[in-house]
Amino acid sequence: MTVTPIDRMARATPPKLARRVRGLSDRAIAWLFVTPTLFLLLAINIFPLIWTVRLSFTNYAANRPAREVEWVGLRNYERILTSEGIWSNMQTTAHFLIWTITLQVLLGFTLAWLINRKFKGNDLLTTLIVLPMMLSPAVVGNFWTFLYQPQIGLFNYVVELVTGTPASSFSMLGPGGLAKWSIIIVDTWMWTPFVMLICLAGLRSIPDYIYEAAEVDRASKWRQFWTLTVPMVLPFLMLAVLFRGIENFKMFDMVVLLTGGGPGNETLLASIDLKREAFEKWRTGYSSAYAIILFVTVFGLASIYVKALNKVKER
Amino acid sequence: MSNFFRGLARFRRAPWENLSTVLIGLGVVMLMQPFFLWAFSYSFIVTLVGTVMFIIVSHFPE
Repeated sequence: MTVTPIDRMARATPPKLARRVRGLSDRAIAWLFVTPTLFLLLAINIFPLIWTVRLSFTNYAANRPAREVEWVGLRNYERILTSEGIWSNMQTTAHFLIWTITLQVLLGFTLAWLINRKFKGNDLLTTLIVLPMMLSPAVVGNFWTFLYQPQIGLFNYVVELVTGTPASSFSMLGPGGLAKWSIIIVDTWMWTPFVMLICLAGLRSIPDYIYEAAEVDRASKWRQFWTLTVPMVLPFLMLAVLFRGIENFKMFDMVVLLTGGGPGNETLLASIDLKREAFEKWRTGYSSAYAIILFVTVFGLASIYVKALNKVKER
Repeated sequence: MSNFFRGLARFRRAPWENLSTVLIGLGVVMLMQPFFLWAFSYSFIVTLVGTVMFIIVSHFPE
């Protein structure tokens, strides 16, 4: 009989310990396995969250740990929720969210609808389309910065070619109101494939016999699209919208690399402002309250997301 | 509509979840709308109530 490494380890276990483990119930053994994960979860997620909630009621500054910490009650929340600057950042975030989601849904659904038709090179095309999604946001931010350069960037030359506007006459990342659109273009370019994949899953889940029945009833293609395709893909689309909404609400890395929140405060999203408050102005208590406000919003949206996900699973 | 209110009165999950979903959505809209500063000021409490309500009512019977 061959001796496996597991046998060797079992034999190496001290008899006293082996007797103790053998006496454990299944439930106790399950707890034994789950406890390290639970401990890590508490240490990495739950404890910092509780600590942040506590800090949000104080005037603590992380760069001055020796200073006496004062309990300020709800003053941090009051200052944030009456600040016109933060309100403006939320509107910038909303502009970014609304346009990215609208464009991604329209383009993603159209691409999925086209890819769903059977044609030669379908798989290769799908792979090429999903490539941007696989790149790191840091890489995407850096290379789009080069593409957007007014002198040498490819983007401006393509615009010149199409519209006739001289390439060096405008800067996508500089002043002039185009910076807001530059981050929308990049996010749409990167994440449309994700929406496309979800829509594609929805389209492929529709059985062919439903369309065959519609054909028998002499329903036009247009009618089939609006009464069969759209309602059956809608739960999947909702899922994509919620997922992208949550992700873009927290958007940070790509925008920081592209514009850094500028020019001025034109692309200053809430997450970038939060980072500035916490690690440039060192207002830890204030930024903790800011973070809690964003957290509750994302948590609320995530709850709706889970509900939508369950509905899709029930189908 | 009457089913919705009956469900609320009987503490059924679906209508309460819908109500909390509406509150969360309303809170998010209030947070990001560009028209009224007072709506922005009250957005957090609306979202918080909706979120806490969602956590509680998801344990209600179907």
